[in-house]
Amino acid sequence: MLMRAAIAGDEAAYRVLLEKLSQLLRGVVRRGFAGVGVPRDDVEDVVQDVLLAIHLKRHTWDPAMPLGPWVLAITRNKMIDGLRRRGRRPEIAIDLQQFDIEGEDPQASIDAYDVQRVLSSLSDRNRDIVQSISIDGHSARDVADRLGMTEVAVRVALHRSLKSLADMYQEKAE
Amino acid sequence: MKTDDLIKALAADAKSVEPPIARTLAIAVGAGALLSLIGFMMALGPRPDFFELLSTSVRYTFKLIVMLSVAIPAFFLVRCLSRPDFKPDGSLWWLALAPALLLLGIALELASVPADTWHARMIGHNSFYCMTIIPILSLAPFVAVLYALKSGAPTYPTIAGAIGGVLSAGIGATLYASHCPDDSPLFVALWYPVGFAVMTILGALIGSRFLRW
Repeated sequence: MLMRAAIAGDEAAYRVLLEKLSQLLRGVVRRGFAGVGVPRDDVEDVVQDVLLAIHLKRHTWDPAMPLGPWVLAITRNKMIDGLRRRGRRPEIAIDLQQFDIEGEDPQASIDAYDVQRVLSSLSDRNRDIVQSISIDGHSARDVADRLGMTEVAVRVALHRSLKSLADMYQEKAE
Repeated sequence: MKTDDLIKALAADAKSVEPPIARTLAIAVGAGALLSLIGFMMALGPRPDFFELLSTSVRYTFKLIVMLSVAIPAFFLVRCLSRPDFKPDGSLWWLALAPALLLLGIALELASVPADTWHARMIGHNSFYCMTIIPILSLAPFVAVLYALKSGAPTYPTIAGAIGGVLSAGIGATLYASHCPDDSPLFVALWYPVGFAVMTILGALIGSRFLRW
């Protein structure tokens, strides 16, 4: 439901969906990594990588199908990438059967270091745009006014930056 | 960066969604096939008695059906493989349809023509053309389907690339089959797979690198 609204471009519905998903994902990734001995700090990196992938690949979800298996498939891929980034052998069975909701999670406020490093490789302007919209919570409109850009240009820059964040995650996994 | 902050950025980018992957693939494959068709019509073209052959020559028509029986299942498989939640399952057996048809054709051919013509029918007239022109006619759909897959999220990039190669070769071979003067299933079974193998291997190699996401 929310995903359908999100694909139609509803920002508020999309944000609610991503917040819910991030809580689910954190539980899934943490449980999956627990048996492999991956530090908890690394969990948040994978969660963010999954959220980026969900965002950039949401047109590959078939609205006629349930959202869960699609999200889990992406999560599984990104957990394997996460292990690869850390040079561990990825041939580990990851049990994604449980997909329960966990309550409020303090980890949402932990910084993920990979994204931070990746952010620093963006151009100054693009990093400014991403940080204004994410950390400072400004709207694309406000950022456009402040930087003397059109709102469309800000949105395009934001989209490109998110793409390069995902690409840089991917490069590190190879 | 905190996850909640990332979510804010993602939500602000809500309107950037790409067209559904199934549509992207259909358009790409259609455009690639059309480009190959145009090139084919300008350089080679089907046999001049194409329509007559369709109703009079069983072997000619059978050859075209076999090639389409590769291309059509490969298209649907590529569409499945472009999504992250596809698991290779029984649907891969659709790829066995064309070889099975071809085996049937070979059996019928061996039963219906004298043994001393088998060799000549198998070697045919222009096997070299067959092996080179099929990959050339596959190129446009090949590039198109790999680009479309890049916008997808294949969990199995190597398989997705390989089946993309099969699909493009299926399109190229269908076009070439309408031109090729050798209609015997013996010829088809010996020489056509070379073009398919080339494109499949190329697709797997490129897919394993280029289709990661």
